[in-house]
Amino acid sequence: MMNHIDVSSVLRQTVACDLYSNLVTRSTGAAVRGQIERLLGDFGDAGGRALTVIDFSHVAMIDFSCADEVVAKLLMRYADADAPGDAYFLFRGVNDDHWDAISAVLDRHGLALALEADDGVRVVGVLSDDERRAWRAAYDLGRVGAADVASELGADTADAERALDSLCRRRLVMRVDGDYVAVGGGFIGGQ
Amino acid sequence: MTNVIAVPPSLDDYSFEQVLEQLAPLPADAKILIDARHARWASPYGLTALLTLAQTRAERPALAVPELDETASYWARAAFFQHAEALYDLHGAYPKRRDTGESNVLLEITPIAKSDDIHTIVGQVQERLKRIIQGELKLETKAVLGFTMTLSEVCQNIIEHAGQGGWVAVQSYRWTKRLGRRVVVIAVCDAGLGFRRSLESAPGHLPSARWDDAAALEEAVIRGVSRFRDRGRGQGLAGARNYVGRWQGKLSVRSGTARIAIVPPWDDDVPLAEGLPQFPGAQVQVIIPEHAPAAASQGSGR
Repeated sequence: MMNHIDVSSVLRQTVACDLYSNLVTRSTGAAVRGQIERLLGDFGDAGGRALTVIDFSHVAMIDFSCADEVVAKLLMRYADADAPGDAYFLFRGVNDDHWDAISAVLDRHGLALALEADDGVRVVGVLSDDERRAWRAAYDLGRVGAADVASELGADTADAERALDSLCRRRLVMRVDGDYVAVGGGFIGGQ
Repeated sequence: MTNVIAVPPSLDDYSFEQVLEQLAPLPADAKILIDARHARWASPYGLTALLTLAQTRAERPALAVPELDETASYWARAAFFQHAEALYDLHGAYPKRRDTGESNVLLEITPIAKSDDIHTIVGQVQERLKRIIQGELKLETKAVLGFTMTLSEVCQNIIEHAGQGGWVAVQSYRWTKRLGRRVVVIAVCDAGLGFRRSLESAPGHLPSARWDDAAALEEAVIRGVSRFRDRGRGQGLAGARNYVGRWQGKLSVRSGTARIAIVPPWDDDVPLAEGLPQFPGAQVQVIIPEHAPAAASQGSGR
């Protein structure tokens, strides 16, 4: 299941003012994240895994405090062992005006996310070289096994599996019936 | 007896210390008259700090307004008198209505008490900032965004840490005396807890052997320490520090008896000043100068 959350709409609902398009202040960020989590809960009621597009296209700017609340804490909550659901995120519409704040909080917390751009999806943030290469291979190949990724990278299957499992814990790769599917990759079968 | 505190002709973050030195020996309930009659110019820091000063007094202070019409008119445009009327007994004539003509005031003095205030402030200044920073300071588009983020973060510092409201003002002007270039300046002042007391309120806080206002400023501004144990906290001032570094700007933060500064090549300020007259709360100033390829070789002229 693919869901879509327009962060700008959530912001306007949260601060109760149609004029605001800036994601600023920690309290606003916490309120926006709370609303996103409620929506994710509603999506989760349908059962199973949910991939959600977090869309920044209509957000004018975001500051560090808000990025910490909306992006970092959202990622951390759903990567936690006690996460409220099996949620994956694809970030859309993130431009240069958002990137300073988002990259700063990813660095601060050692996080990474899948980012949709004009030329496809890429992972950004803090990743090991093995994780980055494994994600790229999984994204390029579609639904794969660890052996396929290992073959693509010229690596040991155990090493590829380790990297892919790490990416699964970080919500950057989904586990689908024993195979791996990169978040943002085209094929999400078997749900 | 009323104690007269003389305001220097040029009131900025440096000369405001002269005001505080005169206040230092006086108890909080002493009657004071802030004599600004001979003031000719005031930076956003000077004006917001004057409002903050009034909030630190147990006895309502008096203020003699600038005699020069041009100065009084500017202070009115910056909304100083609008707010000062509630804090001071004002003596002398001053414009009751604000001139709404073209002005260097990007954001008139604005109270900050809640998160929504920051949304309004950021929304108000964005377009004007774009015109000033790109058009007059000749900086890249990215500088506009960083400035807005910095403005948001330093304002949030009040809401998160001061324990009471504060003031913000943003102004652009040609800084002939010290730099010879245009600058855009943010001043944010409050009379709240201050950095030392804020950090002391952290759960499990253990003061170091040398724990004072200067140490607290180093913790907060240089090391990004916050009173909250959340690892995500403390990024605001760190972001502001990075921003001023990228655009050869200056960040200074005064709290209690100390002031810490990120000093650019064009300035000769000290990175850390200690033993200043006690002043409650925190006073933050951010200065971003016009782009100049030879900026690093210019002296301060101070």
